[in-house]
Amino acid sequence: MSEPVIKCENVYKIFGANAQKMLQDSNGNVDAKVFQENGCIVGVNNASFEVAKGEMLVVMGLSGSGKSTLLRCISRLTDATGGKIFIEGQDLLQLNNKDLIDLRRNKMGMVFQSFALLPHKTVVENIAFPLQVKGIKTEDSINKAMDMVKLVGLEGRENYFPRELSGGQQQRVGIARSLAVEPDIWFLDEPFSALDPLIRKEMQDEFLRLQDKLQKTIMFITHDFDEALKLADRIAIMKDGIIEQLDTPANIVLNPATEYVRKFTEEVPREKVLLIKDVMDISKDNLGDLKVSQNEIIENVAEKILTQEKIVAVVDNKNEIIGSINPTKIINTVFGGRKNNN
Amino acid sequence: MEFLKKYPKTFQWLFLLIVFFALCFAIDVPETYKFIRGQAEFVKDPNQSSYVFLGKEVRYYAFDVFWRLPPLLGWLPIWINDSLFFLMNEWMPIEVWNEDTQEFKSRPIVLQISRNLTAFMTFLIELIREILLGGLETIVAFTSWDWIDKNPWAELPGLPWTIVAAGAALLSYKLSGKGLALFAGLTMVYISVFGQWKPSMQTLSFILVAAPLSFIFGLGLGIAAFKSKRVEKALYPILLVMQTMPQYAVLVPALVLFGVGDHAAVIITMVVAIPPMILLTLLGLRAVPPEVIEAGRMSGCNNFQLMFKVLIPTARRDILIGVNQVIMVCFSMAVISAFIGAKGLGFNLLLALNQLNIGLALEAGLCISLIAILLDKMSLAWANKQTDYFGNLTFYQRNKNLLFFGVIFVVGIILAYIGTFLFKDTFNYLFEIPHNKGISTADFWNKGVDWIFETFFVYIKAFNTWLIQDVLQPMRALYLRMPAIATIVLVVGAGYLIGGLRSALVVCALTLFIAFSPWWDRALVTAYMATFGVVVSCIIGFTVGTLCFQNKHSANFMLGVCDIFQTFPSFVYLIPVMMLFGITDTSVLIAVIVYATIPATRYTIEGLRSVPAGLHDAATMSGVNKFQRLTKIEFPLAFPHMMLGINQTIVFALFMVIIGAFIGTEDLGQYILKALSDKKGAGIGLTLGICVAFIALIFDNLIRAYVEKRKKHLGID
Repeated sequence: MSEPVIKCENVYKIFGANAQKMLQDSNGNVDAKVFQENGCIVGVNNASFEVAKGEMLVVMGLSGSGKSTLLRCISRLTDATGGKIFIEGQDLLQLNNKDLIDLRRNKMGMVFQSFALLPHKTVVENIAFPLQVKGIKTEDSINKAMDMVKLVGLEGRENYFPRELSGGQQQRVGIARSLAVEPDIWFLDEPFSALDPLIRKEMQDEFLRLQDKLQKTIMFITHDFDEALKLADRIAIMKDGIIEQLDTPANIVLNPATEYVRKFTEEVPREKVLLIKDVMDISKDNLGDLKVSQNEIIENVAEKILTQEKIVAVVDNKNEIIGSINPTKIINTVFGGRKNNN
Repeated sequence: MEFLKKYPKTFQWLFLLIVFFALCFAIDVPETYKFIRGQAEFVKDPNQSSYVFLGKEVRYYAFDVFWRLPPLLGWLPIWINDSLFFLMNEWMPIEVWNEDTQEFKSRPIVLQISRNLTAFMTFLIELIREILLGGLETIVAFTSWDWIDKNPWAELPGLPWTIVAAGAALLSYKLSGKGLALFAGLTMVYISVFGQWKPSMQTLSFILVAAPLSFIFGLGLGIAAFKSKRVEKALYPILLVMQTMPQYAVLVPALVLFGVGDHAAVIITMVVAIPPMILLTLLGLRAVPPEVIEAGRMSGCNNFQLMFKVLIPTARRDILIGVNQVIMVCFSMAVISAFIGAKGLGFNLLLALNQLNIGLALEAGLCISLIAILLDKMSLAWANKQTDYFGNLTFYQRNKNLLFFGVIFVVGIILAYIGTFLFKDTFNYLFEIPHNKGISTADFWNKGVDWIFETFFVYIKAFNTWLIQDVLQPMRALYLRMPAIATIVLVVGAGYLIGGLRSALVVCALTLFIAFSPWWDRALVTAYMATFGVVVSCIIGFTVGTLCFQNKHSANFMLGVCDIFQTFPSFVYLIPVMMLFGITDTSVLIAVIVYATIPATRYTIEGLRSVPAGLHDAATMSGVNKFQRLTKIEFPLAFPHMMLGINQTIVFALFMVIIGAFIGTEDLGQYILKALSDKKGAGIGLTLGICVAFIALIFDNLIRAYVEKRKKHLGID
């Protein structure tokens, strides 16, 4: 496996006057309560993980869980109190100001919950802004920004001011701005949380379409578990600064690591989350004629499978049989294993 | 007991009032007490006591300490004065090369700095003045008189007024559009045709130096305060005092430091105009959402780009209000600094007021106000202007305005040249209309004033007499009758009840400063006039504001009126009241009321507007009628904001009361005015100014403490 794009080793972020000293004294055993009594608030508690190239890691947690703080440590909008963060092998915390600015100008893009558009600039000026601070000529930056305007579907509105746009449109501008420098790493801090449910769904689909095209390395912050399941390659669930579980959506739904995680997974409609490959058997005996792809969501093929009398074959991308699934398994997955369903 | 628990605050207040009145009745007026007219504190009188502190002898009339505290701070003005002179004339002499005598000369460093600063300011003002009006000094400064004699072509005349007028219109058109262009053109034509060109351009050159410099320094210091907590902490108390210090009072020390003339006026204007700019910059930068800053950082801004491309543009609204304030203060100072020898419209205005030539004063005042409004609107338009990227513009399109100005320039010069033939025997009206050759409506206004005076004399006189005899005199007597100790108990008690111990201590310190100064009596008179003005202003302001609020259009209209009125330099307000009431306290008070009503009205409307729409709907659905909605919902919620309006009203009223000394009142302002012509006046002027500032700060502190508490209570941020 190639080198991870983002790599965190025992990252801590503690707010307070003598956070540094308290962290050293604790020997890595940070108890939020003890710290709080001493006037320190623990934002991120011993976070270690890696994000591979082209992967989308969704960090899920309720407000105050430290997910935004974690993101700000990795984008170095705030300095981590302890631990190490590597961006493409570079030690982020060792970078001087100039290198950091270079890194942001070329490698990173970020989208914000409240859009954070510059109110005095038009749509196209906002999008061109990261290019202009880089020192690119006005004309070139505007041309590039116009491409971005097209990418996010805002043609015809490029000369509007942010205040003249709807929330969804404003966030499209935010997304376009973060993509203008063609970054490899894309941070999104609850980008859709401030939007109406319908717009949110539309934006999620749009986002998936973009990611399909661009294949960025993504850290995506959300407090919406459904959103996390829909978008993520892997999900990190945070609580009180601690990463409770970091796994694929399917594994989280099927094997919640802690009671806290289980609470989120209970109400999740599994057929909409799990793929065939997540629940298939490895045996290839007694197969019927029907073949389903391993990457189908259960919901989409459940009806087909349930009407079969024989065991259904599961195939991979090359149409080779790699396993099987029977109707009972489907029923068990969807309805079984829950606490009370009457 | 139940009752007590229910209204403990009311009882505390009642108790305070009872103590206050008990003290008032218990302490008799000493037989020797009299209100001191003239500067008796500095005259030797066998009845006076004296003490010596820091080598300075302070003489005063000793009373029972309960009646009036002894002036323990009496040495302060003398000490400030002596220190200032020491700084200027003796402290740290340095060797300075003198160009004329070709030798080194020893000079105190402060004097040298002040001279250099003065020279720099004079140069800037002269430069602009010579572009607008013609002159040689700037050219001479770079060359020499000999050079001018050899090169007579360098004796350029100033720009013909036609070019300046058309240029102003063009600039306005570029910034905003037809409306402003028309206004700019008409203003300039008016100024020229009415023969005010020269003084107007003198004033304008003064403003064009003072306003940008104040803006730059204010913005810079505001940024510094935003970046460093330490700078902010150091600046804050100075800002607070400067905001409430009457502009008059700053003139006197400036006189000592920088002498007399336009340059001193510019420096002193900056001193007054920078504090609000700093405060508003700081306020604006603080209000920038953290996510916008983060977005800027993630876009790869370095610190400089973050400040100038993200923070400042985002905080533009507040910074603009700062610019607005700077321009207002500059125009206000353009008049006031005429006292220390600034040329221009202000000087003419003061002269006309002195001669009681109301017509002339009105014309000069109108010119100042028009230019003030014009510059205000232009700066607003400039800040709101957007750059346009689209279309590959041709050379003509890009430089259209510049080319246009070139055409105007040539046409203006040709016109002026033709003018030399047209008006062979008289003045060249196409070049500049001299001061006394323009149309003047002064006679008309003067006749009008006379007519009003003759026709309504009886009524005005009756009103005047009634107001002075039945309202003002008794009120003044009551204020003076308060024993100092009772006043202090009342103020400190109020501080304690409203803001707790901290507030009480601050208020106590401020009050004691005034009480220990030699001018407690004067401060009481100032307070009485301000109180009268504030009470009437608030009643008018709240009523007008509330009535206008009932209708969206009238509310907007009223806010617009407030905007325009606020742009008028404060001195202008004295003109119409002097027309009607002559030189009396009534005039001053009416000017105070008119001036101080502006913030009262504005804050009332804004406060009422800030009540959330959801609450309106909720109230309506609860079945309230309009009156109930006003008294039960809107007033209580808008009250904190309206209190801030009262705060402003007090500051405005105090300013005007002090300026009123020009007409002749017997308060602190009178002494400040006297200090202006006193050789040793600097210390007195400054101390008096601080006294006035402290009066304002006492109320400021009380009101702010109340508002904070109330807002917390109501859950408004």
